[in-house]
Amino acid sequence: MTRGHRTRGDLALVALLALTLAAAATFLHAALAGGRLDGATREGRNLVARLGLTDLALFTEARYTRHPTQADRHAAFQDHPMALEHFPSGSMMAPPPFFGRTAHDPLAPATASPD
Amino acid sequence: MTPWLQRQRHLIDFTVEALARRKGRNLALLVVYALMVFVLASVLLFSQALRREAALLLAQAPEITVQRLVAGRMDLVPAAHLERLAGLRGVASAQGRLWGYYYDPATQANYTLMVPLTDPPPPGTMQVGPTLARFWRLGVGDVLSLRTHDGRAFPLSVQGILPTDSALVAADLVLIAEADFRAFFGIPAGLYTDLVLKVRNPREVAKVAQKVQRDLPDTRPIIREEILRTYAALFDWREGMVMVLLSGAVLAFMILAWDKASGLSAEERREIGVLKAIGWETSDILAMKLWEGLLVSVFAFLLGYLAAYVHVAAFSASLFVPVLKGWSVLYPDFALTPQVDPFQVFTLFFLTVFPYALATLVPVWRSAVADPDAVMRQ
Repeated sequence: MTRGHRTRGDLALVALLALTLAAAATFLHAALAGGRLDGATREGRNLVARLGLTDLALFTEARYTRHPTQADRHAAFQDHPMALEHFPSGSMMAPPPFFGRTAHDPLAPATASPD
Repeated sequence: MTPWLQRQRHLIDFTVEALARRKGRNLALLVVYALMVFVLASVLLFSQALRREAALLLAQAPEITVQRLVAGRMDLVPAAHLERLAGLRGVASAQGRLWGYYYDPATQANYTLMVPLTDPPPPGTMQVGPTLARFWRLGVGDVLSLRTHDGRAFPLSVQGILPTDSALVAADLVLIAEADFRAFFGIPAGLYTDLVLKVRNPREVAKVAQKVQRDLPDTRPIIREEILRTYAALFDWREGMVMVLLSGAVLAFMILAWDKASGLSAEERREIGVLKAIGWETSDILAMKLWEGLLVSVFAFLLGYLAAYVHVAAFSASLFVPVLKGWSVLYPDFALTPQVDPFQVFTLFFLTVFPYALATLVPVWRSAVADPDAVMRQ
């Protein structure tokens, strides 16, 4: 290997450096893009505020997948007792919170508290 | 350049030449390796981006939503409840919302029909969500006929289409006037789907929710915090589910990589023997092999991660859309702003790069400490 002569090893190192810089650039890009609200997000936020929306329209196939936060307490098995979950998005969504620690029940025991 | 650096440079050069001699095998490994990182990183970046989008959008959701439960199911709320809650100390305003689902057999999709809290469209007209409008190719002035609760046709003309950019929250919305909504679903005046409360002091939201449940025990208050938590949990769960599904592929890859990295071919063993015979130290051979493991795994990681970033940032994770869509007929089109969690990226880096690099060392060390003559004769 003579001075000034580029070997395959050097090329590999240059390529590695370029890829590392590109990976570092993604952090910068994400930080810059995440720091400001783009038009779509602003538009969405305005609509959420105006209409009082509570959920994303990601899964529109069933009531409890369209509005997971507003669903019945026994969603996702809500069609009738012992109904099996059959919507594909059901496997993508977290089980209802009351299967573990409930999200709503903590309010219940506190109702006796004074004004 | 210091002698140490010079030495490493020569070692890397030698390693790259050695890798190039088995070009096909190493390229195939690199591609599979990068593909695995790509899929894992795509899941992480996509979930992170969706989580951010949900948190930003739903930060404007109602502070408290109050539902009425009858036999454990959501029921209509009487206006008396609304008056009672409006009078609660700490409540700035209370409004009754009217919304419901309409299943359209023609499209086999559920629409969300809603009465806006402010500026509702005039009776006989509607504003539709962008995905629904695209699905039916609706323009302003077009008429869409829906079927009421008692089977009558209910024509509504399009007064406006909600902005395309709001598809993530408004894809399937149909906004109509209150009178139309009540006639359509047969809901008499004085009944609402649920109530939304504004609270004067944001720190009192939980307290007000407690009061709501104390005063009206048949209700279920949902505070904004819970909505945000539900979505955070939803995306965590999804990420976990996809990771579980992918774990089979990851394990298969690990077996392949371990086999490739920890087993030495006869050719590689002979190469080590020759290197030792011509005077290479055991430490040189270990360093050379460590470089080999690091080069392959770091290249694969960087290529996979960058491809995943482009996949999520530029193509909105289009490869995942068929999986996410499920049975949703009206799936929103939305662009995601990428978000990188350095902790997640470094975890992925450690889990994918280091095991491979280390796996290459053990068998080499075993061969490298042996007598060169014996190694070459094996």
